[in-house]
Amino acid sequence: MEISELERMARQIRLRDLRAVYEAGAGHIGGEMSVIDVLTALYFRVLRLWPDQPKNPERDRFVLSKGHTACALYVTLAKRGFIPEEEISTFLKPHSRLNGHPNCNKVPGVETNTGPLGHGLPVAVGMAKAAKLSGAGYHTYVVTGDGEMQEGSNWEAIMAAAQFKLDNLTLIIDHNRFQQGASLSETNDLAPLRPKLEAFAWDVTEIDGNNMHEVVPALEHRGDRPHCIVAHTNKGHGISFMQDTVDWHHKVPNKEQYEIAVAELSEALQ
Amino acid sequence: MNAPVNSPKLYDCRDAFAATLERLATEDDTIVAVCNDSVGSSKLGGFKTKFPDRLVNVGIAEQNMVGVGAGLANGGRLPYVCGAAPFLTGRSLEQIKADICYSNANVKLVGISSGMAYGELGPTHHSIEDFAWTRVLPNLPVIAPCDRIETAAAVEWAASYSGPCFLRLSRVGVPDLLPEGHKFVLGKANLLREGSDVTLIANGTLTHRMMKAASILAERGINARVLNLATVRPIDEEAIIAAANETGAIVTAEEHSVFGGLGSAVAEVVVDHSPVPMRRLGVPGIFAPTGSAEFLLDEFGMAPSAIADAAQELIRRKKA
Repeated sequence: MEISELERMARQIRLRDLRAVYEAGAGHIGGEMSVIDVLTALYFRVLRLWPDQPKNPERDRFVLSKGHTACALYVTLAKRGFIPEEEISTFLKPHSRLNGHPNCNKVPGVETNTGPLGHGLPVAVGMAKAAKLSGAGYHTYVVTGDGEMQEGSNWEAIMAAAQFKLDNLTLIIDHNRFQQGASLSETNDLAPLRPKLEAFAWDVTEIDGNNMHEVVPALEHRGDRPHCIVAHTNKGHGISFMQDTVDWHHKVPNKEQYEIAVAELSEALQ
Repeated sequence: MNAPVNSPKLYDCRDAFAATLERLATEDDTIVAVCNDSVGSSKLGGFKTKFPDRLVNVGIAEQNMVGVGAGLANGGRLPYVCGAAPFLTGRSLEQIKADICYSNANVKLVGISSGMAYGELGPTHHSIEDFAWTRVLPNLPVIAPCDRIETAAAVEWAASYSGPCFLRLSRVGVPDLLPEGHKFVLGKANLLREGSDVTLIANGTLTHRMMKAASILAERGINARVLNLATVRPIDEEAIIAAANETGAIVTAEEHSVFGGLGSAVAEVVVDHSPVPMRRLGVPGIFAPTGSAEFLLDEFGMAPSAIADAAQELIRRKKA
């Protein structure tokens, strides 16, 4: 897909995600809006995958370590043909396979179960290491939240990735500057992230993570060491009253707010 | 089957684990060993020499070790993730739950030096909670072999089994109990000695103590049945119910807390299907004092003579 088409797809995914969270009465809308551009670029441009063969050994691997933004992944997988789009309306309903965090044994396209934070990057290191051992050509991508980088297990994995020289691994940190309860800076301020990753011998690229012109080339970058993209994003991106507000970590819009948000995203689509 | 209990030779089951893994890895190039700097204590030195690229040492980082194991399985490798049992299970329990069990990753977790193998090093290094922590998790067979033969059989079985499992190995020497060529069957107890007065159930390093206790009981005119119950989950309900119905009393012994381990697992079956008097021997819910594993097992009432005494006392409580 070309950049303009990716931008249009990202807005459609935002609209469908918004509706799913509104109808379900729950979700993590702020972090979903911040990460959707990265997800869109991955699934519609960068990742080599086959929706009709979700276990093809040569597929690129993607791990959504910030599993609480599962709804955005479900909508993306549906738009990409992994699951039926009409199934999104079952999000969080009893016995739906689309629960609040992705399940790899039920939802095609999901690689590993996430939800507890700090799990996805170690698993992604294992995936990338497996490719090194077998000679497989796939690339592994993992998205974490910025608050999630407070989990010590991530730094264990960062050390290992450098030691194993995993040039087939890309970590995207969705740096929206807010965690559940407050801003990152008020909680445990990891910023700036770049020097910390560089100190662990990673390549680091900083981008505007809500600008497709910067997202795509960063994801397509290849070097000789593990690559970290610090994606500066806005929590609630695309919906004016949600942007950069800690309240919208997992708040659900009321009817009036929903209509405003739909109008804003729809306007941007035209 | 009356297995030998007086075999003078004691074996470290880690040697059987390492030899079997090296043999399997020769035949299957997807096998990798993952460890946390524990090359020596997991006896992976030979593996490292033979397959240097396939030894994935993540350093002292157990959470990452288990996550890496899950990722390696996703990428088509067959990982045996090895580390000292207290750290593999305790430090990484959430990774075991989410990345291995809930994701149903084909990862073999190998807890080395379990129980009180590190007796003198103190309670931080005792792994007497791991049955409780692991057997509550869905999708995870929990297995504690009783000798080198069963260890080799279980390591081989794990390679052919599609799904995760937890192998709980000790470094404390044990005699041979099962016949050479024994084949491991998941969830099946081994009847080591016939008897009708009481049943003694154990696994790991306790099975041979149960056989010795049965010999002592025989001298006292009591016929004790002995079951080796390596698989704590899925548990052999049939053998336990038969033991309850046919012998009317059950003693369990384990290198584990009495809370949540083998004895608890047996009691759950007994109370649901055929309530009979039971006695659960193990560490009585405390942090154990200093001493070798053998000393501590004796200290907590699991010397063969003490097991025999407990069984005799229990028989007196049997229903008429």
